[in-house]
Amino acid sequence: MSVDTYTFDVETYRKQFPVFQAPENKDLVYLDNAATAQRPQSVLDAIETFHKEYNSNIHRSAYKLAEKATAGYECARLKIAQFIGAQSSNEIVFTRGATESINFVAYGWVQKHLQPGDEIAVTELEHHSNLIPWQMVAKKTGATLRFIPIADDGHLDYSALDAVITRDTKFVAVTQASNVLGTKVDVKRIIDAAHKVGALVLVDGCQHIPHSITDVTELDVDFYAFSGHKMLGPMGIGILYGKSKHLNDMDPILYGGSMINDVGYYESTWAEPPWKFEAGTQNIPAVIGLGAAIDFIEEIGYEAIDSHTDALAEYTLQELGNIEGVSIYGPRKNRIPVISFGLKSLHPHDLATFFDSKNVAIRSGHHCAKPLMNRLNVPATARASIYLYNTKNDIDRFIDVVHQAKGYFSKWV
Amino acid sequence: MGLDDLYQEIILEHYKSPKNRGSLKEPDATAEGHNPFCGDEISLSLQLKDGHVHDIAFNGSGCAISQASASVMTEAVKGKSVAKVRELFDKFSQMIKNGEITDVDEMEELAAFQGVSEFPTRVKCAMLAWNALKDGLEKTGEEKDE
Repeated sequence: MSVDTYTFDVETYRKQFPVFQAPENKDLVYLDNAATAQRPQSVLDAIETFHKEYNSNIHRSAYKLAEKATAGYECARLKIAQFIGAQSSNEIVFTRGATESINFVAYGWVQKHLQPGDEIAVTELEHHSNLIPWQMVAKKTGATLRFIPIADDGHLDYSALDAVITRDTKFVAVTQASNVLGTKVDVKRIIDAAHKVGALVLVDGCQHIPHSITDVTELDVDFYAFSGHKMLGPMGIGILYGKSKHLNDMDPILYGGSMINDVGYYESTWAEPPWKFEAGTQNIPAVIGLGAAIDFIEEIGYEAIDSHTDALAEYTLQELGNIEGVSIYGPRKNRIPVISFGLKSLHPHDLATFFDSKNVAIRSGHHCAKPLMNRLNVPATARASIYLYNTKNDIDRFIDVVHQAKGYFSKWV
Repeated sequence: MGLDDLYQEIILEHYKSPKNRGSLKEPDATAEGHNPFCGDEISLSLQLKDGHVHDIAFNGSGCAISQASASVMTEAVKGKSVAKVRELFDKFSQMIKNGEITDVDEMEELAAFQGVSEFPTRVKCAMLAWNALKDGLEKTGEEKDE
């Protein structure tokens, strides 16, 4: 669908994001959504209402305020369970973010079950957050880390699956979409291959879930991790989905208040999942804010969001591709609206400074994916990432700045 | 805040044709610097003689500011006493952080980086080679007198 021929009332939604209304941001083009999305008023209101009207701790007090907080917290859990198609809200664990979710699985399940000679498989696309925990847990268990390579088009090389996922493979961790190349991964295919050899799979959904629906039951994925702040929710809240049987079989990482069943002088027993993973006072306002973010997304609908952001991404790729000297990294099809690019030999950091001087926020750097940078043979890339409140005008401004940068740095490259 | 304050002609010249690029065959010390946020990398090798920087060379990859700063730095410190180099380090980092220059003549080409102070996200780029130099000097055992 061309960017000019569909109807998505972007202004109606954009108006609901106060950051764009702030006088100092009137001229801002925000294209760093893969790092963090902006928050709509409804999310800010939900957080503020908690603080102003029913701030209290959950699960432990017999008064109305605490009942309301507990209900808000647990209702959000149920909402998230339904949102990703979990069988039960007991399969949803609140964490500080996807990084913590992944570490919980690495230390709580994988370290407990793996032995020397076992293998953990990841892909060359991974963000450091879905790589370093596996490096560490491989060292601790004596397991070997193996990589599913990418092909030159930026998609995974699925022909290598049989060679990497073998009967020695006990665990597979894979991103659902690359935060650098935008590549969508056929995680179903990887999950099937892993299950065939008896391995469990964790999918990092951080970049995918802002853009497309995920049904964890349909995928048959064992663990699914994502963060709230990339999908309009607050920072400091993340989700770990785990199949009940795996959460039962997983050790807590944090011990302390709220996560217990019984406590003696020398021994204690844990609460059932998900509560056994939620030690200490939780980030209750952020949980409630994330619930409001899901309401916001569901009200618009993924289909509408997707049609808008995909059309903008398609337009961006087309316009960027027309500029001589611009390299685009990553696939043209089957991608999320995250676009990495370079301008001749200019370092992306210089490019990003130029963009900032024109009030266009893009990201430059290795995007916490150094092995992938190595595979692409570049030190860094510049990256523009699009979300539902971006407009065609944002993209036109962005493209115009690429042209200006090319002129400005003509002597430098 | 002007981009032209950052991307000066002198910086362009050093970026395009860096001085002292390479590595010394028999260095007294080598040091690495890297900026984990943007992936800029510098490796320095240096030779001291009679308390002076006798020779210095760098390799690296990264943004224009980091690479040009390394080039200008090697030119600025070559032949100077270690004490003088430490003084230049302090003056350069003051200038990068606050935009302050006490003596323009003394700074010579280093003064071209004065505009970096207007771009807080680029301070690390300009300091990368200097921080590596500081590490390198410490490795040679030429500790501060004070």
